Amino acid sequence: MALAQTTASDRSVTAFLTRKREGGQWHWTDVFTYIYLFLGVLLMFGPVVWLVLSSFKTPAGLLEFPPTLLPLGQIEVQVEGYDDPLPLFNVTMEDGSVRELAQIRRIGIMSQMVDPADPGERISVPIAAREPIREMRVAVENYVDPLERFNFLRYLQNSVVVTLVSTLITLLINSMAAYGLAIYEFKGRNAIMLFVIGTLMIPVTIILVPAYLVVTQLGMVNTLWAVILPGAATPTGVFLLRQYMLTIPKDLIEAARMDKASEWAIYWRIVLPLSLPAIAVLAIFSVMWRWNDFLWPLVVLTRNEVYTLQIGLNAFQGELDVQWHYVLAMTVVTLIPVTLVFAFLQRFITTGIASSGMK
Amino acid sequence: MVLETDPRAEPETIGHRVKSALSVPAVAFFKLLDVPFRWLQRLLGIGSMPYLFLLPNLAFFGLFVIVPLFLSLGYSVTGGTNLYLGERPYVGGEQYGYLFQCENYTDPATCREDRFWKAIFNTGVFVFFQVGFMVLFSLVTALILNREIRGRGFFRAVFFFPVLLSPVVVALIWKWILLRDGVLNAFLVSMGLDRILFFVDPTWAMFWAIFVSVWAHMGFYTLILLAGLQAIPPDLYEAAEMDGTKKERVFWRITLPLLWPNMLVVIVLALIKSVQIFDEVFVLTGGGPGTATQFIVQYIYTTGFANQVQNFGLASAASVVLGVVLFVLTLVQLAVTRRKDEG
Repeated sequence: MALAQTTASDRSVTAFLTRKREGGQWHWTDVFTYIYLFLGVLLMFGPVVWLVLSSFKTPAGLLEFPPTLLPLGQIEVQVEGYDDPLPLFNVTMEDGSVRELAQIRRIGIMSQMVDPADPGERISVPIAAREPIREMRVAVENYVDPLERFNFLRYLQNSVVVTLVSTLITLLINSMAAYGLAIYEFKGRNAIMLFVIGTLMIPVTIILVPAYLVVTQLGMVNTLWAVILPGAATPTGVFLLRQYMLTIPKDLIEAARMDKASEWAIYWRIVLPLSLPAIAVLAIFSVMWRWNDFLWPLVVLTRNEVYTLQIGLNAFQGELDVQWHYVLAMTVVTLIPVTLVFAFLQRFITTGIASSGMK
Repeated sequence: MVLETDPRAEPETIGHRVKSALSVPAVAFFKLLDVPFRWLQRLLGIGSMPYLFLLPNLAFFGLFVIVPLFLSLGYSVTGGTNLYLGERPYVGGEQYGYLFQCENYTDPATCREDRFWKAIFNTGVFVFFQVGFMVLFSLVTALILNREIRGRGFFRAVFFFPVLLSPVVVALIWKWILLRDGVLNAFLVSMGLDRILFFVDPTWAMFWAIFVSVWAHMGFYTLILLAGLQAIPPDLYEAAEMDGTKKERVFWRITLPLLWPNMLVVIVLALIKSVQIFDEVFVLTGGGPGTATQFIVQYIYTTGFANQVQNFGLASAASVVLGVVLFVLTLVQLAVTRRKDEG
């Protein structure tokens, strides 16, 4: 059974590897394609996998050089007569036999060992003769500690609040503006549209100081509003939604007006539901922008309790004595929501980018 | 958001139920706003409704983007350390003069504000190599993903995934790999080579700054080029095949010319983003060693916010310089996009 399976998969693998483009001759580009794809997967995905594997290692495991692939921890045993648990080693004795001993302490190049089965006798062996006994050990405390002892639960909460609230505000005011620009003919429409396109590219980097002044005057420094409000009105979002709303047939709106529907009712009962695909794209973009936002929060959030995950993580990794086991675990936590969005909504994102040329 | 229950509607699934549960607060919210808007419509007339719909967005945008844009100029011509513009003394072009005071423009060390010029030089080097490699690798990746390969969706996802990661996450992933005892040095040692202290050597630090930012954003540009490749009519390739044209020739004569408008868009977009590089590199190298990877945006941030003495005037002057560069690039971009849409 197992044998049959192997040959079957062998056949498909060989078929896969030797498949040619149109049944023609092998071309150098065919070979190149598969080498490139193989290296590409390794290079694009490998670092993320390495991060996740490393985040489960104990601090001692992280210090190891060369590093092990999987999170391993040395087995420790409780020996009678010693308060702390002792690390367990495989020791090659002088006569060539191998014994399982626990280490009491290390003195220079010698190591004092004790046999857990016979705690009375102490054995001295050179450190080169011992080999740590390890088992797979997943350090869940890397994840639990920062959330309990440090402020990471708070950071997480701040990030979630910022992302959700600002996405809701963005969706509301951007869709209203897009509706105004798409449905009505009015004086100044072209000017406003030109203005929207012209400001698509104003980045926060060139208005850092004066935007900080505005936020200070409004008394919002070191509150989450300072991060939520300034980025709410995105020209990108208005543009994206407006282009979509232009495709909604005008007759539909005229018919609703005949039925005495108010303009607000036309907006939320007819146009909004019909624009849901575009709104979904903007919602995904907005969630990613806000979750990943860095420079602006770095400027306006200077107190620990209002940090978002990104800012908290940056502060944590900038400390003099970096606690990498915590940093890595929290990096994984920061990465999870975006990965989930990606896994379920990849098609939306890629078509959104391909059609709008924006991200 | 269908409100009346339709007897012909599909049987309710869990997804439907979740959706309708989510839409209840939304519907309530919109209904609540129905009253004031109806009242306003009666009061102001239907002609003013579009302005009403535009108002919230324009108010936010004006307050947080347009007003600051003009204030920026005000900051750049005033001095002192006060944040409140009214209490800052007018100094004219002094800040700009300070930024541009150099004995020899090719050597940052002779400038009065040598950190600014070092940042400009660094940004120049970074932009040149980063945009070059970005375009090259996005093009090659797009060409490969456009071929008939098995599992194309999977490979496309793999190359696109880093685009969504936050700059902090990207930087930490690579910092962990590149550390003194990191996995890359372990690999070098196992090959019999010496360890390299990547963040101590200025050239290596710049190399990794470029590498990491290409790694993180390549998928985005690949996607744009892939869309362009898929828009090329297949009969052109069929005709070329019938004529027995060589693949290399097909690439130079058909693929590249037809893809060129998309390439231009990618180049300009990459330029605009690249000039503003900050996040990933700031977390990865902190601008170091020394000032070897300090770029313009980091200069603005440090001068205006991170330094002990917050020099808002100098930071704004540097912002205005950066703004002018970006404005020119945006004009180029608009011209390029228009040509692409017409052509």
